[in-house]
Amino acid sequence: MTDFAIVIHGAPCSSESAHTAYRFTRAALENGHRIHRLFFFGDGVYNLNRLAVAAQDETNLPAQWNELILKHKLDAVVCVSSAVRRGIVDTQEAERHELGAASAYPSAEIAGLGQLVDAALHADRTINFG
Amino acid sequence: MANTPLTKTFTVLSRTAPYGSVRPHLCLDIALAAAVFEQQVNYVFLNDGVYQLLNKQDGAAIETKTIGKALGTLNLYGIDNVYVCKDSLSLRQLEVADLVLPATLIGAGELHEMLDNTDCVFNF
Repeated sequence: MTDFAIVIHGAPCSSESAHTAYRFTRAALENGHRIHRLFFFGDGVYNLNRLAVAAQDETNLPAQWNELILKHKLDAVVCVSSAVRRGIVDTQEAERHELGAASAYPSAEIAGLGQLVDAALHADRTINFG
Repeated sequence: MANTPLTKTFTVLSRTAPYGSVRPHLCLDIALAAAVFEQQVNYVFLNDGVYQLLNKQDGAAIETKTIGKALGTLNLYGIDNVYVCKDSLSLRQLEVADLVLPATLIGAGELHEMLDNTDCVFNF
C-alpha cells in the first residue's frame, strides 16, 4: 500500500494530463492504495469548476473528480492563489470578493500552497500531472 | 505541521522559457513554499528554463512581471542550492556571467545523482 500525494496542474479541456491524473487516482484507489491529498494547482484548478457542462458524447471531468472525491472522501485542495485569479471560488471567497456565486465544487477545500508541501512531506510518493 | 520536525528534499526542475507560459511561476511558487516550511530545496534550470535567468530581461515590455528579478533573490528565501544545466547553457551560447545569480553548473550525471537522492521532484 502506497500513500500518494497527487498534484494536478493541467486543465481539464486543454490537456490530457488532468484526465490521466484522474484515471491514475481511480486506479490507485481500486488497487488498495491511499490518496493522501489531491492538490489542484495552476490551470488544474479548473478541474473543480462546478459550472462546467460537457457535450453529450463527452465526459465531464470536473463532475467525475467531484464524484470520486465524494465517493472515497478524498482530501482535495485547490490552491487559493491559482483559483481566485481564474474565477474558481467557494462561497467564502465569493463573498469576500463580492462575486455573487461560488464556482468551485464544495467537495474541495480552497487553501494555500502549504497544503501541497504538507502533503508531499507526509505522503510516500508525490506525483505531478501537467 | 509546525509540530512535525519532518524534512524532505524537494528538487524543482524548471525547463520552460520565462514568458511563454505560467510554468516558471508555478515552479517558483512551489520552491518558495517548500523553503518557507524549511525544507531542503534544489532549484534546477535546464533546457529553455535557463533563459529565465538572463540578467538582461524586462517583462515591462510585455506588461508582465520580470521573473528573473524574483529568481535573482532566491537566496533571500533560503534557497541557496541553485543549479544550471551545463549543456543547456552552452547549447544556447550562454555563460554564467549572463545570469542573474551565481548558479552552480551541473552535468547530466550530477543531475541524475541529485534526483536519486531527492524525496520529491516537481517538474515544470
